[in-house]
Amino acid sequence: MISLFVRSIFVDNMIFAFFLGMCSYLAVSKNVKTALGLGVAVTFVLLVTVPVDYALQTYVLGPDAIVAGVDLTFLAFILFIAVIAGIVQLVEMVVERFSPSLYAALGIFLPLIAVNCAIMGASLFMQQRVTMEPTNAQFIGGFGDAIAYALGSGIGWLLAIVGLAAIREKMAYTDVPKPLQGLGITFITVGLMALAFMCFSGLNI
Amino acid sequence: MSKLFSDENKAAFTGPLNVNNPITVQVLGICSALAVTSQLKPAIVMGLSVTVITAFSNVIISLLRKTIPNRIRIIVQLVVVAALVTIVSQLLKAYVYDVSVQLSVYVGLIITNCILMGRLEAFAMQNAPWPSFLDGIGNGLGYAAILVIVGFVRELFGFGTLFGYNVIPESWYVSNGGWYQNNGMMVMPAMSLIIVGCVIWAHRSINKEEK
Repeated sequence: MISLFVRSIFVDNMIFAFFLGMCSYLAVSKNVKTALGLGVAVTFVLLVTVPVDYALQTYVLGPDAIVAGVDLTFLAFILFIAVIAGIVQLVEMVVERFSPSLYAALGIFLPLIAVNCAIMGASLFMQQRVTMEPTNAQFIGGFGDAIAYALGSGIGWLLAIVGLAAIREKMAYTDVPKPLQGLGITFITVGLMALAFMCFSGLNI
Repeated sequence: MSKLFSDENKAAFTGPLNVNNPITVQVLGICSALAVTSQLKPAIVMGLSVTVITAFSNVIISLLRKTIPNRIRIIVQLVVVAALVTIVSQLLKAYVYDVSVQLSVYVGLIITNCILMGRLEAFAMQNAPWPSFLDGIGNGLGYAAILVIVGFVRELFGFGTLFGYNVIPESWYVSNGGWYQNNGMMVMPAMSLIIVGCVIWAHRSINKEEK
């Protein structure tokens, strides 16, 4: 379980290995503070949705789960997205009720987590990993594993967005060619960060 | 008939292909664009799937736009898109199974592709079905064009092949006494980011005066 957790932070990093959640990653990484807020929100939503989707996958969708001989896996897309949209709505209401200041700081990005690919991606990867061989390092075999995977992916995403935000804050002072400014140079920076993160591949605990 | 291809409709179709490209200008749908481009074939299949799904979800939402209550529109849009993606994913599994395995979760991730939500919100909610359809096709093809460029560069330099066929002569390779070697870096995911960065750079330098 610890191996799964560490691997999902560094080796199977949501941003650098799978490019999930790229849209909000590029849009919200202009300063460290908001980046941190969004990272925490994404981690939290992942932590709730992936175990719920795991339960759905095991007890409702999987082969022979409800009725023997019935495989409802093809309904996964619709069910997962409904769960995600519902949970994001719930999180939004809870945050608004108990921490209005955080709610104001996150603003529009809170509801947008529903269409963040990282959440849907983690659920779909979880679905893939349930069917893997138990000896595989990426295997998810129970609620504990699902939670470890969700937390690891969330922290990996948080790390990536805070890192990029810090670099972009510094980059404001550099002289970048005009057509490359903004989006272009950000892409290249992320590419170089991804190359750096590749040194973790093969990490095993 | 002439109304069907009026100037406005033409603009809805051709705009996203170049000047208003979804990836390089609107910055939508980056996630899947990067992951599926290590070879040309999955890139093309992905581009076409997104084109079809964007076009039809645009039409459906545009037909429903007057009946959808504003408060729950995101959920309605997501359900329409999810249903279309399920259909496309089942079709891919039935007819091009090897590509669908290669695309793995990224077919499902079309649901959360920002191009879809972005176009539904920005265009289909305000426009009639036919322009929405053209807008969907245009944006899908603009997206596909970038995918094909990145896929072409990565497959050519990373594997020395195009569509799985060798294009670099065998005798050029170092192992056969030549001078050429495949660039393994291109196969790695990180390079697709850098290539997209360069495509954006080129695109912005060419279209500079229109800004």
